[in-house]
Amino acid sequence: MKQKRAVVSVIGKDQVGIIAKVTAVLADNHINVLDISQTILQDFFTMMMLVDVSEQEHLDVLHRQFDQVSQELGLKINIQLEEIFQAMHRV
Amino acid sequence: MNIAFAEIQETIRMVQMESLDIRTVTMGINLRNCADSDFEKMNQKVFDKITSYASKLRETAEKAEKEFGIPIINKRISITPVAEILGDATVAQAVELAKTLDRAAKELGIDFIGGYSALVHKGVSKSEQTLLDALPEALAVTERVCSSISVATTRTGINMDAVRQLGEIIKNAAERTKDQNGIACAKLVVFCNPVEDNPFMAGAFHGAGEGEAVINVGVSGPGVVLNALKRHPDADLGKVADIIKKTAFKITRAGELIGRVVAERLDVPFGIMDLSLAPTNAMNDSVAEILEEIGLERVGTHGTIAALALMNDAVKKGGAMASSYVGGLSGAFIPVSEDNGMIRGIVDDALTLPKLEAMTCVCSVGLDMIALTGDVSAATLSAMIADEAAIGMINKKTTAVRVIPVPGKKQGEMVEFGGLLGRAPVMGVNPYSSEKLIQRGGRIPAPLQALIN
Repeated sequence: MKQKRAVVSVIGKDQVGIIAKVTAVLADNHINVLDISQTILQDFFTMMMLVDVSEQEHLDVLHRQFDQVSQELGLKINIQLEEIFQAMHRV
Repeated sequence: MNIAFAEIQETIRMVQMESLDIRTVTMGINLRNCADSDFEKMNQKVFDKITSYASKLRETAEKAEKEFGIPIINKRISITPVAEILGDATVAQAVELAKTLDRAAKELGIDFIGGYSALVHKGVSKSEQTLLDALPEALAVTERVCSSISVATTRTGINMDAVRQLGEIIKNAAERTKDQNGIACAKLVVFCNPVEDNPFMAGAFHGAGEGEAVINVGVSGPGVVLNALKRHPDADLGKVADIIKKTAFKITRAGELIGRVVAERLDVPFGIMDLSLAPTNAMNDSVAEILEEIGLERVGTHGTIAALALMNDAVKKGGAMASSYVGGLSGAFIPVSEDNGMIRGIVDDALTLPKLEAMTCVCSVGLDMIALTGDVSAATLSAMIADEAAIGMINKKTTAVRVIPVPGKKQGEMVEFGGLLGRAPVMGVNPYSSEKLIQRGGRIPAPLQALIN
């Protein structure tokens, strides 16, 4: 089966435990992280992760759990299938 | 990872800050096989076919929207022009069928169903006349049924007898819904050169050349274009066109991807992508504001047509590069009531009806969602339709008229239509009569442009 990949992006004020909390959600849902990169620019934390969601029938559950973390830490977390970025930014 | 963070950020910003959305995923459904000499049977078949074909439309679209993180605002249905299946039905039965369509739309949870239509650009058949006679009541007693009537094409000329009837139909429909500011007229479009695969309402119908069922997608994003231009305040016009083109490209690609996914999951062929800059009353989601950003103090002033022509063309070019199947109307819509910038232009006396008419020569549709004084005569409405049809016919483009003569309202008053339809300042019309022109009737012959074989 073709691998289904999604991009998780996280933006917000830098603080302790961001990566831990976000990856905990992924681990709880048995989602493998394929790639990860993060930068901190003037206290502003940005991270993106490429994850394998081949096993996920719906992204609803993830959306809900990420929303919870978002509120807890005051971050913006998005998860979107990778194809949308390929379509918009690659010819 | 071969997608840069900046690119991911750009997509997210477009959606969350700049109102990028898929405006509509529209399923076209062919109803020809529902025709039956027994009206009750046909009525039931129509309901059953629509509700079974589209049963998963909403759910599938909503799932895709969550997965890709791009909102799909409307899920809609277009059907075979109803006049083509009416046969010997009576006017009352035609109204009954409109109610059935309304019921199907409600059951499916979709906001509009388009195709209560007739193509009468050359002549009016018996069943088409039935539909025209039923139209004012059908529009007044339903909420979600949209109608479009084709009264002219470049190849056939203008059917002025139909144009005369439409003026009366619009007046009648407005009068029947006078408690709601004549809202029935907001669901009726009069076309010249209609397209068969347009996903946008109120003008969507499933044309004769279409298959059994199809998914057409309409993408929008005036806010994205506006913000892209704001980042280049000093660019020359060549660069402005380029920025619009590139933005349109990205928007179209997003729409095409999602359209194809939805089509595949519904097991229905993907038809076309319609990239139209369709404004909403949301902050900064305005076509007029793009024109003002290009360099007009207010939309409607001198230079408006030039700016609109540049924008409309650049949108098409970006869209054409991005999708193999660009169709529908693809360009810029200029509905007044749905665009805060247009409303401001009229309130500030910068934008007038004649200027709006002129703008329709270079944008993708026509006079759209314009509120007129309640005392406008049917003949004047017909003449307005004839003018638009002439522009479309000669310039080989789609033009349309969707105007609302608001009963009891005078020039300068503001009327609310509610929801997506917005609000509009009432505009006055030319006080001189066009009665004689309309009374003559007959057909305006097809122009020389039609003789291309």
